[in-house]
Amino acid sequence: MTTVKSHTHGFNGLRRGLLSLALTGSLTLAGWSATTLAQTKDLTIALSTPVTTVDPHFHNLSPNNAMAAHVFETLVKADASLKTYPGLAESWKALSDTEWEFKLRKGVKWHNGEPFTAEDVAGTIKRIPNVPNSPASFAVFVRAIKEVKVIDPHTIRFTTATTYPLLPSDMVSVAIVPKSVAETAKTEDFNSGKAMIGTGPFRFQEYVSGDRIILVRNKDYYDAQQSWDKVTFRIITSAPARVAALLSGDVHMIEGVPTADAAKLSKDARVTVSNAVSNRMIYLHLDSNREKNSPFVTMADGKPLEANPLRDARVRRAISKMIDRNAIVSRVMEGQAISAGQLLDESFFGTSKKLKPDAYDPAGAKKLMAEAGYPNGFGVTLHSPNNRYINDGATAQAVAQFLSRNGIPTKVDTMPSNIFFTRASKQEFSFILAGWGAASGDTSSPLRSLLATYDAKAGMGAANRGRFSSPELDALIAKAVVIIDDKQRDAALALASEKAIELMGLIPLHYEVSTWATRKGISYTGRADQYTLAQDAKLTGK
Amino acid sequence: MTAFVIRRLAQAVFVLFITSILVFGGLYLVGDPIEILVHPEADQIERERARVALGLDKPLVEQYLTFLKGAVTGNLGKSFVYARPALDVIFERMPATMELAVLAMLISIVLGIPLGLYAGLRPNSFISRSIMTGSIVCFSLPTFWVGLLLILLFAVTLGWLPSTGRGPTEEIFGLQLSIFSLEGLRYALLPALNLALLKLALIIRLTRAQTREQSLLDYIKFARAKGLRSSRVIGVHLLKNILIPLVTVIGLELGSVIAYAIVTETIFAWPGMGKLVIDSIFQLDRPIVVAYLLVVVCMYIIINLVVDILYSLLDPRVRISEQHG
Repeated sequence: MTTVKSHTHGFNGLRRGLLSLALTGSLTLAGWSATTLAQTKDLTIALSTPVTTVDPHFHNLSPNNAMAAHVFETLVKADASLKTYPGLAESWKALSDTEWEFKLRKGVKWHNGEPFTAEDVAGTIKRIPNVPNSPASFAVFVRAIKEVKVIDPHTIRFTTATTYPLLPSDMVSVAIVPKSVAETAKTEDFNSGKAMIGTGPFRFQEYVSGDRIILVRNKDYYDAQQSWDKVTFRIITSAPARVAALLSGDVHMIEGVPTADAAKLSKDARVTVSNAVSNRMIYLHLDSNREKNSPFVTMADGKPLEANPLRDARVRRAISKMIDRNAIVSRVMEGQAISAGQLLDESFFGTSKKLKPDAYDPAGAKKLMAEAGYPNGFGVTLHSPNNRYINDGATAQAVAQFLSRNGIPTKVDTMPSNIFFTRASKQEFSFILAGWGAASGDTSSPLRSLLATYDAKAGMGAANRGRFSSPELDALIAKAVVIIDDKQRDAALALASEKAIELMGLIPLHYEVSTWATRKGISYTGRADQYTLAQDAKLTGK
Repeated sequence: MTAFVIRRLAQAVFVLFITSILVFGGLYLVGDPIEILVHPEADQIERERARVALGLDKPLVEQYLTFLKGAVTGNLGKSFVYARPALDVIFERMPATMELAVLAMLISIVLGIPLGLYAGLRPNSFISRSIMTGSIVCFSLPTFWVGLLLILLFAVTLGWLPSTGRGPTEEIFGLQLSIFSLEGLRYALLPALNLALLKLALIIRLTRAQTREQSLLDYIKFARAKGLRSSRVIGVHLLKNILIPLVTVIGLELGSVIAYAIVTETIFAWPGMGKLVIDSIFQLDRPIVVAYLLVVVCMYIIINLVVDILYSLLDPRVRISEQHG
């Protein structure tokens, strides 16, 4: 989920002003109309983040994964709200606690005409942990698999070392390539196009690093045909330039519409804006680790404070009550977010219907602070990235203002994400703002990574930068993640979520809403994982 | 002359060495590439695997020595992100930046010198004043803002030119170039203009100042007194003398246009080196950043060398000294 914005900050105000000028001003438009699009069926999409490679197993990065989903397919697929459905596998079931059987779709052909079989799946699983120099490997998704057995050309069995109910949902991230490609192809062969043989709705045509990717229709696709003969993806990292490209008709669709422009664009007759609540929660993490002398905690007047008030759940709850989430959503995020009361929006797996966002309650917060022994508050610095999430720096500013107003004088220090995450992971901060995208759309991801006790050997709490730790919660998580039955696991994860929020292991702020804009005549269904997929863009002809 | 060039090259090696240490150490201080590169959901085991795969588990000094060993043989390491030799990735993007830079410099020279000459020769005319005011506007407006304005005017409102991107390329002298076709030029025009404005202002102002200074000197008066045609006085005598400082500035500015076209490339989504390096800095792709800065340093050294040599050709008083280099 790495979003790298490649421009310097500080000019946002000016840019925003300029863009508003362009959008509200009367503009005449040249060039493009829906009829020409309908005739040629060529679609041009502007992406906000570079695709670093088209090898589907080299770099686990959202833009790369989204690109792979055009050419390659997975055994299990995820729909727009991240619910799983059959992909290259027609069905799957757990034969026992540690054995899974996948029945593969028949009659599927690779782009080179060869038939798709279980051997291809086995070959893919073998390649994934062995891609040289991979900076972010897909090995995590096949690590649980200890043995692969091909039963017949359309049946494959996986044996896992331990009970692992997430196997089908991990398969969503494993792009299947032909066995011959899996055995020999290097990342360069994918980039040159030689190894770009998938089963997906698009065939690969060209990849120019940092500039464009061109795909064409796969006429032999077994499933419903998508709308386009040819799709060109262009990389336009600058947000105002992306909007300008859409308005000028150079591109038909853009992702990552800046919040400042979304409202105006939705009033523009030439443009359709579509939204989707994302799987990303923006949250505050607090230093629950140090008993004494947390580096950025002071007395309210700035004098050193030995105790660490952030360890106290009552203080964390008080902080949560001091923040007017609705104000942040409507002002800072300009409506492109939803107030959060748990780890993922209610529509996702493993969430609780009981958890609602904490209401703005200064009096309640004051009472809790007094109970915790801090009637006069304390001082703290909030650290935040400023180029990683939608309006992240501004959100941090707003949070700090709410806290300062309610008795916790808060300073803000924002920095580029490459500096921020290094320092945050070294626990140099006391109080941070960060975001978490659960790729599988399932609360087990934030529970295991953000809230479970940090344990490098077990791979738990990897992003638990506040080092929150509760044996009670750990037990609930451990119990939930090994339940094979989906319904029961859903309930168990909801229970763990409730516990996590009760203890305020982190303070959820909001869920980002992702925004796309298309030219009139094209409709787009936004996805929770923020992927931009050409097959989901439909020609409406209007 | 030969000794001069050799001495210059020896200095260059030293500069390259220092640069590599500074960039290596600087990026190490900025942050840990693993934090940016691995998927945020990756656990500690996967993080450790990535660290080992990229050689980041070794002490910094050892990493640097490995780099140095490779650098001596011309191998500046493999990009963390692209898994390709860093120099390959950079050279692949270089033609795009080069053609944009050359086009921008051409625009600023072709427009700048005549405008500057005019403003210098008739300093008090209305046109001259307009030129000078225009040049102030050119260098005081921020590049990204002018870039966006150009897009809004020529692409969004008028629809004459494409808003962003690079046109179709064709292979010329083994390079993928776009500006030799009409379609390619349409794409290149706005970013080149955006990049040229600042340089244009500089060249206008420099030419004007030089012209004013030189036209008061005795040799110009003498030439006029001799009855030479005005066009000859200006076109030969004056121009030759004002070119000397101009060549230095143009040389250096060409270097800066190539190396730091970052803002323009980002706004216009021009797939050049500037965009690559800014992405690489955000991703902490150290091999690319180090290699890029080394390439830039090399380029500056070569440009400076060429400027020094041009100097001696333009100005008979300057002789490159064998002793003092």
